[in-house]
Amino acid sequence: MADYLLILISTILVNNFVLVQFLGLCPFMGVSGKLETAMGMSLATTFVLTLSSVCSYLAFTYLLSPLGLEYLRTITFILVIAVVVQFTEMVIRSTSPLLYRVLGIFLPLITTNCAVLGVALLNIKKQNDFMASILYGFGAALGFALVLILFSAMRERIAVADVPTPFKGHAIGMITAGLMSLAFMGFTGLVNI
Amino acid sequence: MSIVVIAIAALLSLAATFGAILGFASVRFKVEGNPLVDQIDGILPQTQCGQCGFPGCRPYAESIANGDDINKCPPGGETTIAALADLLGMEAKPLDEEHGETKDKRVAFIREEECIGCTKCIQACPVDAILGAAKQMHTVIAEECTGCDLCVEPCPVDCIDMLPISTTINDWRWERPSPPLSSTQTIIASDRQGTAAGDNTKPTDDGDQQAA
Repeated sequence: MADYLLILISTILVNNFVLVQFLGLCPFMGVSGKLETAMGMSLATTFVLTLSSVCSYLAFTYLLSPLGLEYLRTITFILVIAVVVQFTEMVIRSTSPLLYRVLGIFLPLITTNCAVLGVALLNIKKQNDFMASILYGFGAALGFALVLILFSAMRERIAVADVPTPFKGHAIGMITAGLMSLAFMGFTGLVNI
Repeated sequence: MSIVVIAIAALLSLAATFGAILGFASVRFKVEGNPLVDQIDGILPQTQCGQCGFPGCRPYAESIANGDDINKCPPGGETTIAALADLLGMEAKPLDEEHGETKDKRVAFIREEECIGCTKCIQACPVDAILGAAKQMHTVIAEECTGCDLCVEPCPVDCIDMLPISTTINDWRWERPSPPLSSTQTIIASDRQGTAAGDNTKPTDDGDQQAA
């Protein structure tokens, strides 16, 4: 139990995927303009990341490992993630129009989110078991959601602040992201996983 | 050699399985939503009067998207028909007489001394233009009334009149030219009848809205 808690804390704060491992930076910069879209993106990513890390784990353990094809994991995971995202989109679209309106546009975008592939590959590298894989994916997604929402809330305030002209727009966004990353370095050493 | 074959076979079977899953899902979880319906619904006047025979504008829009006639909307008149014809790439038709003709702009009026306060007309009104409560006299908000006639029928004491809106100095316009009914009557050359008809009606409609 303590192990699982450590995995969560490690992925959310200490080894945050965006600010410490620098994965999934495109949506981090891209959809953080408005708090509302950031929330939608966070929800969708949490959903997909957890699901795809489980599916990737299953594909690796029950298909690639027995056949001795571990070196094919990257292409297999890409396949798995693409299918999971597509399938999820179809199911949500027909079962819950409300959820589809919230997540709709973001779901296909997540296919190309490198954090998703990163989590799947790191799961294998760390030799996580089934439960740990789920938590690793879920924690990574929570960490992503946390920094994305924090960052977009900050950018909304910066948008109305008096920023010097050369720093307007994405420039100040990059600087803010850098400062956030520095702040998250404060968690280093909290958990050692 | 055999390792390569196994690898290819494994990936192929994985891809085939996923393809089958997605194919199944696309059939099983098919969505009937049609973006065209929203566009058509946007053109319709949203009086929800039901004169087209459908219980509102959206059901009629869905029916048009499935190939129904576009000329069943009396409140919209020629303008709406022309816009629909333009959207759907069809010929504009004259309004279907069966569903009522475009009348002059009218407004409902309740003869208040006769009103018994039954609230039946309030329930019938699609745009909530009638004010009142049970056992209280009702009245019509003239600015909200679309003149759809739906409140006349349910009134048990027949105290609702449809009054034509009288023209004042402020909203008087020239009489609109009669829309061309067939290509032989079109004076100005045009490749589409609807365009001419649509243009003719627009200024008059603006005037009507000001009057209301």
